Amino acid sequence: MATHAPTHSAPGGGHVHHVDPRPLSYWWKRAAVWTVGSILFAFAFVWLLRNFFQNTPTWDPQVYNAVAASFGAIGFLIGIGCFVWWWGWIRGRTVDAEDHSMHGATSWRDYFKVNTDHKVIGVQYLVTVFTFFVIGGIFAELVRTELAQPGQAIGDGETYNGLFSVHATLMIFLFVIPAFAGLANFVLPIMIGAKDMAFPRLNALSIWMLIPGGLMLAVSPAFGSFSAGWTAYTPLATQGGTGQTLFEVGIQFAGASSILTAINFLVTIFTMRAPGMTVWRMPLLVWANATTSALVVFGTPFIAGSQFMTLFDRVMGTNFFDPAGGGDVIMYQHVFWFYSHPAVYIMMLPGFGIVSEVIATHARKPIFGYRALAFSTVAIAVLGFGVWAHHMFVSGMAPWLRVPMMITTIIIAIPTGIKVFSWLGTLWEGKIHLRTPMLFAMGFIVTFSIGGLSGVMLGTIPVDIQVTDTYFVVAHIHYVFLGGSVFTIFAGIYHWFPKMTGRMYNETLGRWSFWLLFIGFNLTFMPMHWLGLQGMPRRVATYDDRFADMNMFISAASGIMTIAVIIFFYNMINSWVRGPKAPWNPWRGRTLEWLVSSPPSLFNFEATPQVVGGPYQYGVPGARHAVVFAPEEIGGELTETEKRTILVIANETVSSSTLIDEIRHRADEGLWRFTIAVPVGDGDQRAADRRLQVTLSVLAEAGVDASGTVVAGDPFAAARRVIDEEDVHELMVATYPTGRSGWMADDMVDRLRKATGLGVTRVVVRPDEARAPLPHAGVTRTAVIVDEAIGNGRLVDALRERADRGPVATVLLYPMALEGPGWTDEAEELRGAASERVREALDRLQDAGFQARGEVLDGDAAEAARVARTAHDAQAILVVATRGGPLGSDEALARITAAAGSLPVERIVVEAPTAPAGG
Amino acid sequence: MLRSRHTVPLLILTLIIGGAMVLVAVFIDWIPAVGSKQAERVDTLFLFVGIVSIAIFTLVTVVVVYCGWRFRVSEDDDTDGPPIHGNTKLEIVWTVVPAILLAIMAVWAYLVLSDNEALANDRLVIDVTAQQFAWQFVNPEAGAASADMRVPAGRQVQLKMRSKDVIHDFYVKEFRVKQDIVPGITTSLVFNPTRVGTYQVVCAELCGVGHGTMRARVIVMEPAAYQQWVTQTKADVAQQQAAQQQNQGQGGGASTAPSTTAPAPAPATP
Repeated sequence: MATHAPTHSAPGGGHVHHVDPRPLSYWWKRAAVWTVGSILFAFAFVWLLRNFFQNTPTWDPQVYNAVAASFGAIGFLIGIGCFVWWWGWIRGRTVDAEDHSMHGATSWRDYFKVNTDHKVIGVQYLVTVFTFFVIGGIFAELVRTELAQPGQAIGDGETYNGLFSVHATLMIFLFVIPAFAGLANFVLPIMIGAKDMAFPRLNALSIWMLIPGGLMLAVSPAFGSFSAGWTAYTPLATQGGTGQTLFEVGIQFAGASSILTAINFLVTIFTMRAPGMTVWRMPLLVWANATTSALVVFGTPFIAGSQFMTLFDRVMGTNFFDPAGGGDVIMYQHVFWFYSHPAVYIMMLPGFGIVSEVIATHARKPIFGYRALAFSTVAIAVLGFGVWAHHMFVSGMAPWLRVPMMITTIIIAIPTGIKVFSWLGTLWEGKIHLRTPMLFAMGFIVTFSIGGLSGVMLGTIPVDIQVTDTYFVVAHIHYVFLGGSVFTIFAGIYHWFPKMTGRMYNETLGRWSFWLLFIGFNLTFMPMHWLGLQGMPRRVATYDDRFADMNMFISAASGIMTIAVIIFFYNMINSWVRGPKAPWNPWRGRTLEWLVSSPPSLFNFEATPQVVGGPYQYGVPGARHAVVFAPEEIGGELTETEKRTILVIANETVSSSTLIDEIRHRADEGLWRFTIAVPVGDGDQRAADRRLQVTLSVLAEAGVDASGTVVAGDPFAAARRVIDEEDVHELMVATYPTGRSGWMADDMVDRLRKATGLGVTRVVVRPDEARAPLPHAGVTRTAVIVDEAIGNGRLVDALRERADRGPVATVLLYPMALEGPGWTDEAEELRGAASERVREALDRLQDAGFQARGEVLDGDAAEAARVARTAHDAQAILVVATRGGPLGSDEALARITAAAGSLPVERIVVEAPTAPAGG
Repeated sequence: MLRSRHTVPLLILTLIIGGAMVLVAVFIDWIPAVGSKQAERVDTLFLFVGIVSIAIFTLVTVVVVYCGWRFRVSEDDDTDGPPIHGNTKLEIVWTVVPAILLAIMAVWAYLVLSDNEALANDRLVIDVTAQQFAWQFVNPEAGAASADMRVPAGRQVQLKMRSKDVIHDFYVKEFRVKQDIVPGITTSLVFNPTRVGTYQVVCAELCGVGHGTMRARVIVMEPAAYQQWVTQTKADVAQQQAAQQQNQGQGGGASTAPSTTAPAPAPATP
């Protein structure tokens, strides 16, 4: 579980933030040229092809429209600059992977350009989706105007069918789904301590893809809107005109945008969490978005496929869904709902996440049943893929499928119930601040409960048969999506408004907007349950006179919601422009986004934050979720003087440069002290001690506060010993790669995590790294020039003696003065034998706790001394000579000293080996 | 926890909110008239699901309202709530109790479904053809097609339904039945009409411009009156066919266009 935020080159300091100089007008002119050019090209292209292949008629409008819409949208994306960086890269231009020239906003203009900053993209998302919300809302009011009286009021039946189709499609695909993407885009990377999303350029592409997709849906009424409902059931959809084509193409762009964002979230959440952010320390919004993203990645391709197949049926003469050509009408519904039911959870789970954040923060209490909430999110997502056919109980599908789908459907009520009850448990005995986001969250619990309960009713097949396709279903989906999703979106917008804009919203207007929306909503949609039970079918412009009074009442009540939304927009826009400045943490929240400035700086964090506890530790004395470092000039109050302990557990890998670099990297954050525990099973305790001394010496030299201990026993014993004595906040375990490591074979990392309940960072050390001599200050790099004594146990003894005076890193040099030419087979054989002896010696040294590397030299001892000085940068030379051997003489020592220059040379003379030395 | 000072106010609030819910449930006429055996079974199930829903909704609303009222603090209160992270017993209760209720619902629903769809041997089978935006019913006993459907009370009716163009849906609210009519396949629908009367057939699946006006009638008749109608219609059809054959002589096809009979005077809607 590597949990490291990638290190961007730090802004400020030596690195200047280079900003793309091209003005707004440049990009939009470019976009206009590309869009118009692509559309014209598409028409010409299709015309030429149809002529060439003599397709008749040459003019078949839907073929042209489909190609023109697709080309136009892609042209727009090219023109606005989504692909500039990638295009440069493809052509082999020098492009900087760390190119941040399109990152961040300094004026409002930057929000209208392609931008790679997740915060800018988040705002772009929200502004875009609320624009579509207004359009969708206008369509909703037109629907209610039509329905205020039983007869036909606006246009003909086709007009009305277009109104509710466009309303539903915009609200679902261009508001609820991307609104959650926008909110999460802004806060989620900050919540997990990352500086941006994993793929910022892909992120930019996602938002810009949404715009042409949404425009196609929004402008379709001008071309004869699609009128088969947002579900676009075939064969009715197949009868549609240009509007239907725009729907089918527009959905592709909205869907692709959704998939790209989901992949981005998944990678971000899995790979970019700050150190210490274990999965059980993730805020529930992060859980919710990870789960939702998985749903999107698996589900959305199905709706894309269903719309492609319908489009092909219409423009290419395929027969996927046309029974006359062997197609299957019900297959469309299966494919469609296989996405669109999970889509219900795509539209709901992020809202659950938002509500969890809002309730914990404004009720000043830890989330009740954090793990149950996290697990129920996953459970809903998994079950959500097994319920799609409950939309099809009366569709004429295989009858046996109904009962299993009913069972899975109502099982979902259990995790959903767990969520609702857990929120109630969180509210209970809290210190509730009834601010606007909290009002929306509490209102959500009430209205969503109604939607959930009517969902259970619809899940029971006989009741569903009665009320499906009536206003009961209209009431149900609006209780789920408006009383559910939209309330959570509003809660989230109010909750994070200070963070996103740096200004406070007006609380009084906020409360007005809530109460008007809450009352207007219930007055509008509660009576629809009655209409449905009484048999008023949905999707009709005209209806029986006996429903007239109730419909008039509903249409009037919907006006209250319009007023509420107008107040909301006034509050948002006015507060954004001239609201009072927001503090960093107006709600005293605990999650990371509240520990950075409002709005956050260019890369969110000046230094990687440390997560040291759960996200909702309200009321727990002394508990912290995370520690964030800030330079003096922007406050600096987030630093903390008390240092917290990271327990490092390592044995043979303890003096590897990998581990030491990791420790120093973490120590740079200024927060941590380290206790290094070396568990020694049945190994050599002195060897372990020697390795530990090397590491501690290097760390001391580097100014890292570290202490160490050798513990007899396994890693558990070591962890327990240290945890008993000090307050440990995190574990760091260094092991060999999984295949080589005995600890990993025993699953040590997971078991330690469970046994201690702490976050564990695993550092993987290659065996050759573990034994390589350290280049760091703090150890004396000693070149050992050795003759026949290399096969002697005395070599280790001699080095031990040396090591007692201070840590050493050893380079073993074995000079081999060959007589005669060096290229003969005989010489090769001698070299091979020498290498073997060096290897054996190195093994013995490692067992004894020395880091050593060695080489065989062609040349004499003086040559070895020169190599030690120049190639190995040795700080001392130790000569280990056999009594009476070639290095034993004073003459040899003199030559070595001369070659060594200023390096101190020491000689140890050992007795000639009488027997092969043991280890 | 609940044995404390919160108990009494919570009970009072439960009575108020729960009472209001019950009043709304009882005094508003939610359930439409019953016209079939299916409707009786569905209504009992609906009643059970409704009572459970009201109970759960009352519980949730009471807690939310009580928390908002009782635990509200002023803006300058900087204290935190008690650090309660969970309560395993409570969490088990609110997992298991809904699970039991849902299991009852599922079993009940399954039983109602199989009862509602059980076929009787003496059932009357009627062929239904739907198209944008009209219904056509062919009663094999009468041998004629009509725009309204006539069935006898007390006898099971099975509809075999086909669509000529897009998806339609046969829906009669008093029977609590609904079934899509899908081009390319034949779908089936069963109901046991119990009460004499005229009921509205509604197309419940969006089928285009005329969807809102795609209506027909089911006329449930006394068995004797129905028999009379069958005999009468048969005679009419025979007469018409004879007349047609005379008119056309031996001309071309022998196709007999289904004749539409004028609806007999229908009994008043219950």
